[in-house]
Amino acid sequence: MTITYRDAVHAAHREALLKDPRVFLMGEDVGMYGGSYAVSKGLLAEFGPDRIRDTPLSESTFVGAGIGAALGGMRPIVEVMTVNFSLLALDQIVNNAATLRHMSGGQLHVPLVIRMATGAGRQLAAQHAHSLEGWYAHIPGLRIVAPATLEDARGMLWTALEDPDPVLIFEHQTLYNFEGTLPDDAGPVDIDRAVVRREGSLVTLITYGGTLHKTLQAADALATEGVSAEVIDLRTLRPLDMATVLASIRRTHRAVVVDEGWRSGSLAAEVMARIVEQAFYDLDAPPARVCTAEVPIPYPKHLEEAALPQPASIVAAVRGLVGAHV
Amino acid sequence: MPSLGADMEAGTLVEWLKHPGDRVKRGDIVAVVDTQKGAIEIEVFEDGVVDRTVVEPGQKVPVGTVLAVIRPDGAAGASLVHDDERARISPLARKVASELGVDLASVTGTGPHGAVTREDVERAAGRRRGVASAPPPSADRATAMRDAIAAAMTRSKREIPHYYLSTTIDMHAALAWLTAENAARPVGDRILPAALLIKATATALVAVPELNGYWIDGAFRTGTGIHVGVAIALRNGGLVAPALHDANRLTIPDLMRQLQDLVTRARSGSLKSSDVSDATITVTNLGDQGVDATFGIIYPPQVALVGFGRIAARPAVVDGKVDARPLVTATLSGDHRASDGHRGGLLLTAIARHLQQPETL
Repeated sequence: MTITYRDAVHAAHREALLKDPRVFLMGEDVGMYGGSYAVSKGLLAEFGPDRIRDTPLSESTFVGAGIGAALGGMRPIVEVMTVNFSLLALDQIVNNAATLRHMSGGQLHVPLVIRMATGAGRQLAAQHAHSLEGWYAHIPGLRIVAPATLEDARGMLWTALEDPDPVLIFEHQTLYNFEGTLPDDAGPVDIDRAVVRREGSLVTLITYGGTLHKTLQAADALATEGVSAEVIDLRTLRPLDMATVLASIRRTHRAVVVDEGWRSGSLAAEVMARIVEQAFYDLDAPPARVCTAEVPIPYPKHLEEAALPQPASIVAAVRGLVGAHV
Repeated sequence: MPSLGADMEAGTLVEWLKHPGDRVKRGDIVAVVDTQKGAIEIEVFEDGVVDRTVVEPGQKVPVGTVLAVIRPDGAAGASLVHDDERARISPLARKVASELGVDLASVTGTGPHGAVTREDVERAAGRRRGVASAPPPSADRATAMRDAIAAAMTRSKREIPHYYLSTTIDMHAALAWLTAENAARPVGDRILPAALLIKATATALVAVPELNGYWIDGAFRTGTGIHVGVAIALRNGGLVAPALHDANRLTIPDLMRQLQDLVTRARSGSLKSSDVSDATITVTNLGDQGVDATFGIIYPPQVALVGFGRIAARPAVVDGKVDARPLVTATLSGDHRASDGHRGGLLLTAIARHLQQPETL
């Protein structure tokens, strides 16, 4: 049966709410309205107002409340509308959720899951469209995941809830309407490993989240030119599964990192630095990056498209690396 | 590696005619490159001293690859370039070179910006062992040329919306002028009608510049001069269309000399890079083969092709009477993206008009 990414996230919530009475969902408009991205539609009717809780427009308050509930033995899922708005809760996430295990000498832990939408591509302009997951991936004490496929949208939530420490799930806003099929028995997946989504021999393309599908399109286009590109979906942005990335580069000897974040100080920069540190003598060309132009995400469609990584810019970056092979 | 025509992607260096330390000046032939259209002599566009050659004979490299480095006259020290820039060698290439015992100074890079890659090192190691891994220069020249023509013509018919016009031109005045002119010339210096047809075409193009140039990236670019490509059939099949540069400015005797020179060199396989890279229009003349008219396919990215058939005595009405006159059918294949039939018609009419006044050409 064909379902959407949104359906898969919805199904993951139902499973969690049914399986574990400690699980509850809270956030802006998750109850009556059914969620800004309609992920929680119907959950209020099914599970009641104690477990599907609408909150005031105060990210700091309800994320803080989520931390408190987690400390008290609950398994909260906190939905923040977009990563841009999560900055209002940065103090709670970075100074409290991420640190309490360490500051309490292991006496406390925060089994909290925070979900938020990230990324651009739907003309939502600069205050709703940035990709700041790379910032959170900087913070020790957090686990950062980015489901890019239906399987991961369906399966990462439960595994995140089982983690004794805070996990942030970044759902790219262009993915909610993404369609595909899921096996009936689809269930929890690991949140530790990167996965090779397409095998190739000449260059490794490393990406995650919303740019995975653009990168796969670029690999298709490159295949018609005789350039065989391997595509890796990082899935977990912290901690990074470099073993999978490095194993691929030791076969292809070339790497391009595709990241919707800005280039400077980005997750792409971190991945690239580790490639150079750990696979220097396997590189046959300088690693390259395709990132978003360093501007606040524009509202006009043509400018937004021009600012973001696109299949054509990925193809161009690969051509620059493979020299006489093309 | 210069682009020797819009359809060229790569070329094989056949030999170096200049070597490190040799002084070169603009226009000197420095190398021979093998392309799908045959061996082409490469001219240099800078004065200076050859500092080092980068690509070795037998190597096939893409258009745009650095073949050699020329040091400006007066620049001191043969190591100028080396001092400025560390050689580009990939980390993997260094590792493989040390494993295989290959001297990296002897390896030529084909990677991005001429970087030495693992493949380059392995190729160098293979060559040292006597294993010829570099492709030999075009094993089958005729097949390669056929492929190149097929690619260019298929692209033309796929991309260019052709329109076709034709007109019949009375060559009486032109041939009379030619007969008088040739009477005073030794046999070897005689001028053929083709020279007049080409000159008339080049002169006519001055007034219709939208047929002289290129269609590139969705827009027309006027040619920087009128460089008439002349279609020359080769003895073993295939054809090339080297250019007569600034043909509108050449005198008829000069144009004839250059045409003869082009034909001779095209058939002996010694065309120069400047001959083949920048024609702005093509003229094809199949009159010698007894053809009445030819409707040609434009050679992209050019936007027009003028064709001439055979000059033959045919009935024509002159001053109200039917007379036997030497007539030729001139045709135009035009790219409708760049010009319309109205402008194309002006070109053919202008060619006809100029041929009625051969003394002004």
